[in-house]
Amino acid sequence: MAVILAAFACGALFGAGLVVSRMTDPTVILAFLDVAGNWNPTLAFVMGGGLIAAVPGFLLARRRARPAFAADFQVPTRRDIDARLLIGAAIFGLGWGLAGICPGPGIAGLATGNDAFFVFVPAMLAGFALHALAERAFARK
Amino acid sequence: MNDFTPYSALIGGGLIGLAASGLVLLAGRIAGISGIAAGVFSARGHERLWRLAFVLGLVAGAAAIVHLAGIKVEVRSVATVPGLILAGLLVGFGSRLGSGCTSGHGICGIARLSPRSIVAVGVFMATAAIVVFIVRHVMGVTTWP
Repeated sequence: MAVILAAFACGALFGAGLVVSRMTDPTVILAFLDVAGNWNPTLAFVMGGGLIAAVPGFLLARRRARPAFAADFQVPTRRDIDARLLIGAAIFGLGWGLAGICPGPGIAGLATGNDAFFVFVPAMLAGFALHALAERAFARK
Repeated sequence: MNDFTPYSALIGGGLIGLAASGLVLLAGRIAGISGIAAGVFSARGHERLWRLAFVLGLVAGAAAIVHLAGIKVEVRSVATVPGLILAGLLVGFGSRLGSGCTSGHGICGIARLSPRSIVAVGVFMATAAIVVFIVRHVMGVTTWP
């Protein structure tokens, strides 16, 4: 139960942060990506603020035997760069550059009531499902 | 650079980083939105439940700022409906294949100095910037397609 409440609270903090930092405005995202146009560095400052607050947390986590409410840390350990990582990141970038919306702001953006998120999020969920189907088809071969 | 808002960016980014720190220290998990959101459908039992709680929190926290905080929240989407559908499909598929998105790789991964995340962020930022360059400066459109 403690993990569920912690997850809700952290989700809420995350969602609040996305709106405060204006990441739910696709124009702000696209202006960051538009390096040859009227460049807007706002997103870089969001990442900077995020890293300032996240680095101490992950450093502290490394010194702890276990998290406060769960049995163990489930943190990725892989360090290899494989084709899936590169192709996946490239496909993600294609979509991100098209609309200026990524998963966090997409879901948090539903709270604004703007139609764009109600089109984007179901399509994103369909993308998740397509990936699950593709992985299953590959595994069968 | 009229639209540059460094202070709200740092404060909002700080909240995002705090949420990532909180989730790893309390629950031992990475705050990667694509993985968490996909897990709401693919995981079972407790693993599904905490992910669902996080996603509901994400919307609730955003709603609190939009409706209660009295901050003017702008959403200026330039993509058409077909553009949004294509973008959503690519973002959903790509983030799963690449094991993460702007939160899991961009904040958590870089904070952990994960080489995979650093490479992934470089690739998706470069790809997205190329798409914006082509759409805006080669094709000369501000809405898609």
